[in-house]
Amino acid sequence: MNPLWTLVPPLAVIPFIVFFGEKRNNLREGSIIVAGLILLLINNRIYSDLTAGIPVQSGELALLADYSLKLSAEPMGVIFGLLASFLWVVTTVYSIGYMRGHHEINQTRFYVCFAIALAAVMGAAYADNLLTLFVAYEVITISTFPLVTHAGSEEAKKAGRLYLGILMSTSIGFLLPAIIWVATAAGTMDFIPGGVLADAGIGKSAMAVLLALFVFGIAKAGIMPFHRWLPAAMVAPTPVSALLHAVAVVKTGVFSVLKIVTYTFGIDTVTLTGAAHWLLPVAAFTILASSIVAFTKDNLKARLAYSTISQLSYIILAALLATVMSVSGGVLHIVMHAFGKITLFFCAGAIMVALHKSEISRLDGIGRRMPLTMGAFFIGALSIIGLPPAGGVWSKLLIAGGSLDSGTLIWVGVLMLSTLLNIAYLLPIPLRAFLRPDPDLAPGEKATWQEAPYACLWAIVLTATTCVLLFLYPQPLTELIGLIQWR
Amino acid sequence: MSDQLPALQIMVTLLAAPLCVIIRHARGAWALAMAANTVAFVVAILLLLQVLDTGVIRYAVGGWAAPSGIEYYIDTMNAAVLVLVSGISALVLLYAFKSVEKSIPHAKHYLFYSAWMMCITGLLGIVITGDAFNVFVFLEISSLATYTLISFGSDRRALTASFNYLVLGSVGASFILIGIGFLYAATGTLNMVDLAQRIPDSESQRSVLVAFSFITIGVLIKSAVFPLHAWLPNAYTHAPVAVTAFLAGTATKVSLYVLLRFFFSIFGKDYSFGQLLLSGVLLPAAVAGFVLMSLVAMFQNDLRRMLAYSSVAQIGYIVAGFSLASQSGLTAGIVHIINHGIVKTSLFMAVGCILYRVGHAHTPSLDSLIRRMPFTSVAFIVSGLGLIGVPLTVGFVSKFTLIGAAMERGWWLVAGLVLISSLMAVVYIGRVIEVLLFRRARDSGPEPSGMREAPVSMLLPLYVLLAAGLYFGINGGATLEVAGQAAAQLLGGYQ
Repeated sequence: MNPLWTLVPPLAVIPFIVFFGEKRNNLREGSIIVAGLILLLINNRIYSDLTAGIPVQSGELALLADYSLKLSAEPMGVIFGLLASFLWVVTTVYSIGYMRGHHEINQTRFYVCFAIALAAVMGAAYADNLLTLFVAYEVITISTFPLVTHAGSEEAKKAGRLYLGILMSTSIGFLLPAIIWVATAAGTMDFIPGGVLADAGIGKSAMAVLLALFVFGIAKAGIMPFHRWLPAAMVAPTPVSALLHAVAVVKTGVFSVLKIVTYTFGIDTVTLTGAAHWLLPVAAFTILASSIVAFTKDNLKARLAYSTISQLSYIILAALLATVMSVSGGVLHIVMHAFGKITLFFCAGAIMVALHKSEISRLDGIGRRMPLTMGAFFIGALSIIGLPPAGGVWSKLLIAGGSLDSGTLIWVGVLMLSTLLNIAYLLPIPLRAFLRPDPDLAPGEKATWQEAPYACLWAIVLTATTCVLLFLYPQPLTELIGLIQWR
Repeated sequence: MSDQLPALQIMVTLLAAPLCVIIRHARGAWALAMAANTVAFVVAILLLLQVLDTGVIRYAVGGWAAPSGIEYYIDTMNAAVLVLVSGISALVLLYAFKSVEKSIPHAKHYLFYSAWMMCITGLLGIVITGDAFNVFVFLEISSLATYTLISFGSDRRALTASFNYLVLGSVGASFILIGIGFLYAATGTLNMVDLAQRIPDSESQRSVLVAFSFITIGVLIKSAVFPLHAWLPNAYTHAPVAVTAFLAGTATKVSLYVLLRFFFSIFGKDYSFGQLLLSGVLLPAAVAGFVLMSLVAMFQNDLRRMLAYSSVAQIGYIVAGFSLASQSGLTAGIVHIINHGIVKTSLFMAVGCILYRVGHAHTPSLDSLIRRMPFTSVAFIVSGLGLIGVPLTVGFVSKFTLIGAAMERGWWLVAGLVLISSLMAVVYIGRVIEVLLFRRARDSGPEPSGMREAPVSMLLPLYVLLAAGLYFGINGGATLEVAGQAAAQLLGGYQ
């Protein structure tokens, strides 16, 4: 199966979306779901091809004289591709409930930009070289800009400016020169197990600079100080936050970091040259600082945004530790965090639509009115914290094991401290929702069922259930991760 | 027939010029100009194919053999520029049909097209000729026609802009002439191939050095390289926008071609960059150009003026590539000549569409234009992304090659400054895109009513050029190959 086929469903559905438009919105959303299911099938086929040992690659398109655009499948990319396509379907269903329940404007433009962004995510997942990854990365930035500025208000415009400003300046200012440097030094931009820089004649300090250029250049991974776009982008409608900031945009960022560490540098090169020595503290600082900031936020989406920044830096930390176990943990965390975080965002949106509340301090006792939503929130929170029976346990364990492997105990300490902070800023929310009395109800009054629209509920229950399923059956993922060639 | 193509390249548009005057009919003149230009474009493509196939073409005009006679010398470099210049001219001429309706009095249209034909003849002549003095002749023809074209602008400042350009341009052309004169005195020949052979052996090396200096300054003025660019912003802002679109893609590019031809082919790379360290002059000028002019562009409120300063910056990139004097550097510069021509002309055509319907190009007042003029706005946004250098556009191909060439030579600071100026481009283009997309709170000024999209005859050439831009952005390998071949030939000198 040629990975180029993954670009077809998202792009081909665009004329349908435009044609059906606002008037026939059921058909519009229906066609997207069909496209999403087809995309899932294609990704599944690529997965089976890969596990069967069949090479999966596309032809080349000569963008530059010596470097072409090319797609090929390897284990990390397959995981990311499957994740993104599955969650596209789920988010579309959720969006049906949310966008209509919230009477959002410009829904057609919204779905079109979503589709373009998804196609670009597929391009990033199956990128065979740095050039393809960079092209996909930039297309994601540009296609998600209208999604962030969706509301058209002054706040949305400012958020859009920050979003585009930070992402474009870091990608042009840091990522592009890093890529060109690799091309000039190593003569190739391909992703190869063991990396291409081992014999490229780059000194130790230069290697550290190069790795820093990559890590800071991939601002989608949210490392400080280039993280400000993430909370700013919360002004977008919740489905956008859910898909983009739990899945597409941020996951592309950390996925790129993982891929570059594994296939451009090679984990051995990173360890031998100590290139990550000065970056590890930055990642650790991001983890802790954003957790602390999350604490102080009363707005639910803002708290979740800073939580995302923290969790992303888990993956960056894991990548920088550059051991087989830690990078595996990072890849696993992409999936675990995606499901956990998207559940939380879906719940936040549901609360917004059903009860018009967005501040945590006002969520006391709503568990009786929205039991399914808050129950799902609880499970999502468990996954992020890393407690059974949610899948986040396994990825946290692997990352912690990887940091033990690396020999420096301080990173384990950072992870443990961050877990405690996660408990502190996430767990109170569902607990207060269920255990505290509802201030809006008179004493003695019974709570009525005020759940989210059914489409939203369906999506929420699905993702929460998946969190638990991933705890019980992580084998497909771990097996796929086992196929990664490290050297 | 194919033997006479070089002559045909010049003759068709040259004859069209007086015929336009004789016809005296606005539409007729346009139709004649269009036809002549299309023929010129086809001829240019045929010449390019021929050169790629069989190598250098040398054509003796009138049968008089070089070095006494004037000869046309066509290799990959000038064949590519011929295609670029004639192609852009053809598209913008199609566009001009409607565009000049509102900016130039109807009674003068035939004169306008006649001047255009003289200008394109001059530009094509500069590119195709293999005789140094012939370069000056065609340079004068195109320059005088350009001054005329600029003065057609509806704003009265067009006259002063044209006059300023006339003065500076004449200084530039005169310097080039003086340089050629000294070369003739030192070598006794005007033919380029012959000059290349005789210059190293000439006894009056001081004359050669003086010639080099004069030609350098002259060419830098005509190419609008910082700090000799002062004529450009006003000329671009006040000329009729069709003229600006045409000039932005052609005039400075042709002058940059002259730079290449003199420094690499005639004087030779070793003399220019090895002995005389021309890089020391070109590189600082180029870097200062693209950094400072991008900075200035960020503060402009008129779209045309902003794009004009952006043009000087982009010319800086091209000259920076040249100053590397390496295969990759020269390739980067040449490919950006092609790519910038495409991008800048489409940007100016989009601005022209806005001018046609809205009546002004004042950026802050164009808010939410995408609702009223969706096609034009989208065209501007896509071309703008090309200027920034977003992947999948032609700008990315040029930027990547240029930065790679600088890194190859270890010129890290230059590479860094190119990236910083790209970020400035993100700012000044991003500002415009944001204005076009969003509505601003209107507290003053009337809501423009009844605005429609620009006419099809203006949108069509714009979108053709846009499509070319996207095609060459995705298939960058094609232009890079041509540019690489041209670079190799230039570095090798005349065989």
